Amino acid sequence: MPIEVKHLTHTYSAGSAFQSTAINDVNLTIEDGEFVCIVGHTGSGKSTLVQHLNGLLKPSSGQILVDGEDMNGDSVDKRRIRQRVGLVFQYPEYQLFEETVAKDVAFGPKNQGLSADEIDRRVRRAMAHVHLDYDKYAERSPFELSGGQMRRIAIAGVLAMEPAYLILDEPTAGLDPKGRDRILGMIQDLHREGVTVVMVSHSMDDCARLATRMIVMSKGAVVASDTPRNLFAQPDMMSGVGLGVPEAAQLCAKLRARGLDLPADLYTQEELHEHLLRLWKEAGR
Amino acid sequence: MMKNITMGQYYPVDSWVHRLDPRTKIVLTIAMIVAVFMVHSLAGYALVLGFVYLASRLARIPFKMLLRGVKPLRIILILTFLLNLFFNNGTTLLVEWGFLRITQEGLSQAVHYSLRLVFLVLGTSLMTLTTSPIALSDGIEMLLSPLKKLHFPAHELAMMMSIALRFIPTLMEEADKIMKAQMARGADFESGNLLARAKAMVPLLVPLFVSAFRRAGDLAMAMESRCYHGGEHRTRLRVLKITKNDYLAAACVALLIGLIVLEGWAVPAVLAAVKGLMA
Repeated sequence: MPIEVKHLTHTYSAGSAFQSTAINDVNLTIEDGEFVCIVGHTGSGKSTLVQHLNGLLKPSSGQILVDGEDMNGDSVDKRRIRQRVGLVFQYPEYQLFEETVAKDVAFGPKNQGLSADEIDRRVRRAMAHVHLDYDKYAERSPFELSGGQMRRIAIAGVLAMEPAYLILDEPTAGLDPKGRDRILGMIQDLHREGVTVVMVSHSMDDCARLATRMIVMSKGAVVASDTPRNLFAQPDMMSGVGLGVPEAAQLCAKLRARGLDLPADLYTQEELHEHLLRLWKEAGR
Repeated sequence: MMKNITMGQYYPVDSWVHRLDPRTKIVLTIAMIVAVFMVHSLAGYALVLGFVYLASRLARIPFKMLLRGVKPLRIILILTFLLNLFFNNGTTLLVEWGFLRITQEGLSQAVHYSLRLVFLVLGTSLMTLTTSPIALSDGIEMLLSPLKKLHFPAHELAMMMSIALRFIPTLMEEADKIMKAQMARGADFESGNLLARAKAMVPLLVPLFVSAFRRAGDLAMAMESRCYHGGEHRTRLRVLKITKNDYLAAACVALLIGLIVLEGWAVPAVLAAVKGLMA
């Protein structure tokens, strides 16, 4: 069952001098099994949008349906919905608070009221998902780990609730390339296991690698929703909303300008590599 | 959920009151609060209320916003009112109900004390709403600087204050974010008894303290690397200057105090004299 957003508008501090409309009449659907990347310039309303998807912000107007159920309906228990839609905030390591890693990861399932055995099973499973050895890390303090490890613990804390939808707000911000690859690999594995993923990202290369669909936001509105291939074939539209295209697509455009015969919709390194090799071989013959 | 705190928040518009020298505003606010404590009749409070209202219009601050600053104090206000109402050894009995007795003196004291509290908050809110935290701590530093001769750390105090004020919004934003992150993990901050609620604050407070210490460390490092050495030989970007408007504002407050004195002492004295003559 999908998440549907209908005519969603959110205004911060309505009626005061600080009033600002962060998102305006947004409509979108996230289908099961998708890997959706939300991209947009700073202040385009991405974070505001994803906070609505699990009921942390209440819409000024409009609706969000999760599995057909209006999230802000009167009789709806938001906590139940938040267990189905897991949200990982920006810099999630700043939410760690427990004495040990295992206890921190167990916070979510504990709030769900699960049995001790089930909690233990989930903590082990979540830690395996983020590639942290349970026996080695479970009893350590989360505050003595490295930044990348802390972030993985925090993500495990959300995974332990076993959500059907996983929403991540810039999960790789501030990490080194190795840490970034590790987190993205983890997210990809989860998607393969059947979790629907929504990821806010600034990196077009990450989107190119992972997304089955991209949603482009600008000034609080959705301006495009399409496959990465179709979007990256329109670099002018992307730069019009302050976004770029992946490095491979940039290089590809430059090579085309120099007269190389390359298709317009190349955007991953692998594809470009393959095409160039073929051209080179043909030229050699 | 924590965005409704008006006290200590700057309201960034441009107005005559905003442009006044912060020193003027601090001194005049204190003067006004002292004046409120000299009021002894409802008419006097009406006078002060009128003054605050006019000042808020002049400052282009919605009066409602000013009043909202009193809201967090409602429990203290109610307590003050009730305590003064019931625990007073007045003699003029109005109502007696079991061991509870309300006297004329108790009622008037209850009204006075609560109104004074309200005006205390209104006056200080008016100052903080119209003065940016930086200007405010500059003003305080200047006002306290004569005490430097007595080795009073005026600059350090002002710097501490401005840092504290500067980080209130940051910490509130941070608290809001952490709260949301924990709510996304099923934390419940809103239901349960007092103990349960206090316990529910742990997942909020621990990360908040951790981040406050981290920020403090970063800030100290940044100040150190820019060779911060306290107050000696520091010049200012904004030099404070008393202008004609400041004298005008002072005159307005002086007028208010004059009216209060006139209303509180002179009028009753004259009335008493007239009564004496008539008798």
